[in-house]
Amino acid sequence: MNSTTIEKMDAPLTDTPPPMLAIQHLRKVYEGNGRTVEAIGDVTFSVKQGELVCIVGPSGAGKTTLLRCIAGLLAPTTGEVRLSGKPVSGPSRGMAVVFQEYGRSLFPWMRVAENIELPLKEKGKPAAERRRLVTESLEAVGLKDAGGAYPWQLSGGMQQRVAIARAIAYEPQVLLMDEPFASVDAQTRAELEDLVRSIWARLGMTIVFVTHDIDESVYLGDRVVVLSASPTTVMRDVAIDLGQSRNQLTTRSEPRFGELRSQIYTLIRDAKHVTP
Amino acid sequence: MYKFICKARTIFLLPIALFALWYFLSADSHNFFFPPLRKILGAFDQIWLTATGTVDIVASLERLAIGFGISLAFALGAGVLLGSSKVLRDYLEPVFEFFRAIPPTVMIPVLLVISGIGDASKIAVISFGCLWPMLLNTIEGVRAVDAVLKDTCDIYHIHGVSRLFVLTLPAASPQIITGMRTGLSIAIILMVISEMFASRNGIGFAIIQFQRTFSIPEMWSGILLLGLIGVLLSLVMRLIERYFLSWYEGLRARS
Repeated sequence: MNSTTIEKMDAPLTDTPPPMLAIQHLRKVYEGNGRTVEAIGDVTFSVKQGELVCIVGPSGAGKTTLLRCIAGLLAPTTGEVRLSGKPVSGPSRGMAVVFQEYGRSLFPWMRVAENIELPLKEKGKPAAERRRLVTESLEAVGLKDAGGAYPWQLSGGMQQRVAIARAIAYEPQVLLMDEPFASVDAQTRAELEDLVRSIWARLGMTIVFVTHDIDESVYLGDRVVVLSASPTTVMRDVAIDLGQSRNQLTTRSEPRFGELRSQIYTLIRDAKHVTP
Repeated sequence: MYKFICKARTIFLLPIALFALWYFLSADSHNFFFPPLRKILGAFDQIWLTATGTVDIVASLERLAIGFGISLAFALGAGVLLGSSKVLRDYLEPVFEFFRAIPPTVMIPVLLVISGIGDASKIAVISFGCLWPMLLNTIEGVRAVDAVLKDTCDIYHIHGVSRLFVLTLPAASPQIITGMRTGLSIAIILMVISEMFASRNGIGFAIIQFQRTFSIPEMWSGILLLGLIGVLLSLVMRLIERYFLSWYEGLRARS
């Protein structure tokens, strides 16, 4: 009897493919000037294929450090990141990143279409496919006619759309976004949030979205991973049961939205006071 | 078209006025050292627009181009290396500061002794002099490449040669071109001076010959020629700048 239950539990575990993204006991310590700073204590969570997971935490929680470790831009001190089962040891072709500083992540000496095409060239895509991907991705972000412009001729929100277009044209397995809308105005921000939702729904992409904005995390995510203050651990993994179609007006005024928002808000407020 | 005419008028108004002023004020000049412009222009015609004059001009410009070219190639190569490596910079920068502090003209006698009065010594002097502004500017430009753009290149696997042409050189190009401007004006000065010291031909050589033989209008015509060459070369620099830095001008105008 006992053995059969174990078998039943084991069988699906070995059969199911590994999660799209698995972060296991990740720890990051910065050393320098005779001072060691433990930025990330012990972070473990995983992201399933096709999920949109938001990561929030109090300011200074090492969110960006965590994202850089996941992206392979920074080597963790201990622990590891796995992308569909394979350990990540440097930037992976399966991931693309949208940075917060849109003004500094696009090449100002290249036109918009060239910016999007460049990674595809490095990937060895043939010219015809590159053109198709550039056109499609620009259409997906609502900038069909902007291909010939230089990034600095566009507004901040439009530049971030270009960065998103470049990332989705790269066809990554996982799209990482590091506080991508932190420096655009509120209205543009709402538009871009809906853009992320619609792209995610259409392309079935896996997205990890780091933000310091609690409302944004609840509005966007399937799940919200709440981080503690530094040295960072995962405090709570909150499932967001707000349904698939979300709307800036109605979703944000649902009672459930308010509940989730205050739940996460309380967690983060407490996190700030727990660690000095 | 109308705009173009307006711009041309703005550019040429003062030079033409000054030239006219010089022409008429000096017309009756009997001062041996300040001959009428009419005479100078006559000498210009006779000397520089002839076969022998062209030989001098070509010889000078050739040295300038080779000296400047060698320096630019070296500055770009070494500048990219040094700009990317803090360790190298820490070792080499004090040495550079020393070399940069040496006035390039004092190298002329030294190099004359070493490599004779042929072209090599002059090219070496020109190269040595215009290297420093170009090298130091390139290092600075490469060092200051934006961290987010570097991250972007890492994320999208843009490495090696393509990273050099996609990221490093374009990002450093505003500084590189500033260095080229300074380098070019130093190179012109050194071209003339090195030819004045010991040479068989060249514009500087010709000017010093005229001075020694008291051919004053001819001497002035050489100076006029150098001025014109300077203007032409800065025009070429302007075109290079417009080609490579149009994005930079646009970016700066926006922010």
